[in-house]
Amino acid sequence: MAKLQQQAEASPPLRTRPLAASLILLIGIGAIALGIGLSIAVGVADITLGTVWDALVRFDGGNNHHQIIQSLRLPRALAGALVGAAFAVSGALIQGMTRNPIADTGLLGVNAGAGFAVVLVFAFIPWLPFAYIIMFSFIGAGLGVALVYGIAYFSRGGMTPLKLVLAGAVVGSLVSGLSQAISLLFQINYDLAFWSAGGISTADWFQVSVMLPWIVAGLTCALILSRSVTILSLGEDVAAGLGQRTKLVKGLGAAIVMVLTGASVATVGGVGFIGLIVPHIVRYLVGVDYRWIIPCSAVLGAVLVLLADIGAKMIAVPYETPLGSIIAVLGVPFFLYLARRERREL
Amino acid sequence: MGNEGMTARRAGRSVRIVVLLGIILLVGFVVSLNTGRYSIGPLEVWQTLLGAGSRKQAIVLFDLRLPRMLIGVMIGAGLAISGAVLQGISRNGLSDPGILGINAGAGMAVLLFVSFYPATSMAPPFLMPFLALIGAAMSAVLIYTLSYKRGAGITPTRLLLTGIAVGAGLSAVSVILTLQLNPRNYEFVVTWQMGSLWGSNWKFVLALLPWILVLLPYVYWKSRIMNILSTNEQIAAGLGVAINRERLWLLAAAVGLAASSVATGGGIGFIGLLGPHIARRMVGPQHQYMLPVAAMVGALLVLTGDTIGRSIMEYTEVPAGVVISLLGGPYFIYLLMRVRT
Repeated sequence: MAKLQQQAEASPPLRTRPLAASLILLIGIGAIALGIGLSIAVGVADITLGTVWDALVRFDGGNNHHQIIQSLRLPRALAGALVGAAFAVSGALIQGMTRNPIADTGLLGVNAGAGFAVVLVFAFIPWLPFAYIIMFSFIGAGLGVALVYGIAYFSRGGMTPLKLVLAGAVVGSLVSGLSQAISLLFQINYDLAFWSAGGISTADWFQVSVMLPWIVAGLTCALILSRSVTILSLGEDVAAGLGQRTKLVKGLGAAIVMVLTGASVATVGGVGFIGLIVPHIVRYLVGVDYRWIIPCSAVLGAVLVLLADIGAKMIAVPYETPLGSIIAVLGVPFFLYLARRERREL
Repeated sequence: MGNEGMTARRAGRSVRIVVLLGIILLVGFVVSLNTGRYSIGPLEVWQTLLGAGSRKQAIVLFDLRLPRMLIGVMIGAGLAISGAVLQGISRNGLSDPGILGINAGAGMAVLLFVSFYPATSMAPPFLMPFLALIGAAMSAVLIYTLSYKRGAGITPTRLLLTGIAVGAGLSAVSVILTLQLNPRNYEFVVTWQMGSLWGSNWKFVLALLPWILVLLPYVYWKSRIMNILSTNEQIAAGLGVAINRERLWLLAAAVGLAASSVATGGGIGFIGLLGPHIARRMVGPQHQYMLPVAAMVGALLVLTGDTIGRSIMEYTEVPAGVVISLLGGPYFIYLLMRVRT
């Protein structure tokens, strides 16, 4: 069996560029560090990079800027990097497992489901600690994606990318209708608008400490699973022929997506299009092997969100521009390009 | 011979259904006039309409409820016909001005206006539909160009995907704009975006009326051409229909209906899907029968959605658009599962 697997991996000319991938990982990690530094420096209170460095290595409790950095900006930057990695890897996993190029947690109802679960918690059990809100968010993410795939799967003529996107859009608008009705009922309107558009500005140490283990665990599992995802991305028949238990791999992949997306949405709200943009760029750069796509997506996803968050702070000073909207504006041209291509190459 | 008999039967059936829907619409209208925080009985409504009611009753009826309901009826009809036209010319049962991103374009134009003219009450109602039309037309042109591919023309799939993408982009920009408004304008815009008919007054009625009065009859007049267009492009060309020109005019009419409705009613989705689909189930796909029924179903849906939204809670209103999307979403899912795309 191992021999067969080797043959299958060797025979089709799978385009991979390990060198490029290593380079991306290296530069990307440097860019994350720089991005975190910049993201901490940029804001309403002007802080230099030197002060940022000082605050991190020689923290001085009496210094006002050090206080701002430690209590507000650092957790925000970390949250940005983490959710960026999480959304990007979720997108890569869904694309690889379903061989659907137009897949993203925002488009396929995962964000909507998780967000709705959080809204329900806000409305009915507002005293619930964040550590438990995140659990509801996982469940919501799972239900959202199950609903969207269920609709597309059981429809006449079978699942197509178009049907998935339409089902995702309608589930999204249903959920936003319900959320609006609930927020009117419970008068949590204004808070919710900011949260649902990407409320990264409220991320604090406590939230980061709660979501960190989940996201790290999710990313690690995604890396472990990446080899199987590559095989699955060749087609379900091929994967089954190679002796893969495809249902198991898909189930594990779905669970990882649920955790990564659920944790991210509970912290910063539903930010879409990261999972669409990043894996496509990565695939273009490093080829089709998910052992490289997944780590590179994580790194570039983190960089993307850090940069977008800097933009969010700079576009309309002193107001915050929602992160989700900025990334959507970047993501739409991508979506259009993919819709035009209508070709499968995963 | 048999064919003629069937046509006659179908025509008779559609007349009966239109009459029936008219009665239901009338009843719905009266019920909606009665309901609200200040309830007025049917008899009192009648008396007030004749000028014999109390002053308070007259104000509630004439200044608050009547214009609001008239607007509801008009945008319901307008959006339903807009959807029917889009479905006909794109030969895709899932087309709708909301899903195709046309409403988002109209909404953004209005939003831009509101953010540059801070005093919302000063925005002249007659100008709003024109602004919305510019936005809607621009997004329609954008979607059309982006989904056009040399050699392949426009496929329904690409049109829908492009529409969803453009709609998402425009909504994202709208969110950015919305959050930079001051809190008072913010509340106004958000309620308007959700499709609340809450701010309606007679000025809005008068601003919308000409659009409906011109465009609905125009589309109806073209119903035979739409029958041909929606069957097959080659047949249509063979029958001597100037396909591209007719399609362009009909598209312009659909965009105009959607834009004027969005400008006065805000973001009410799914009517363009629900109206025509329910109408087709009742009287079949022939546009001359289907269009009037679709318009009435659309009107009835908005009226019902608004009445439910107004009466469901004691201290606040749920916008009609929210109620309708909660009813329309599941129906869309049902359609999605049945239609082959």
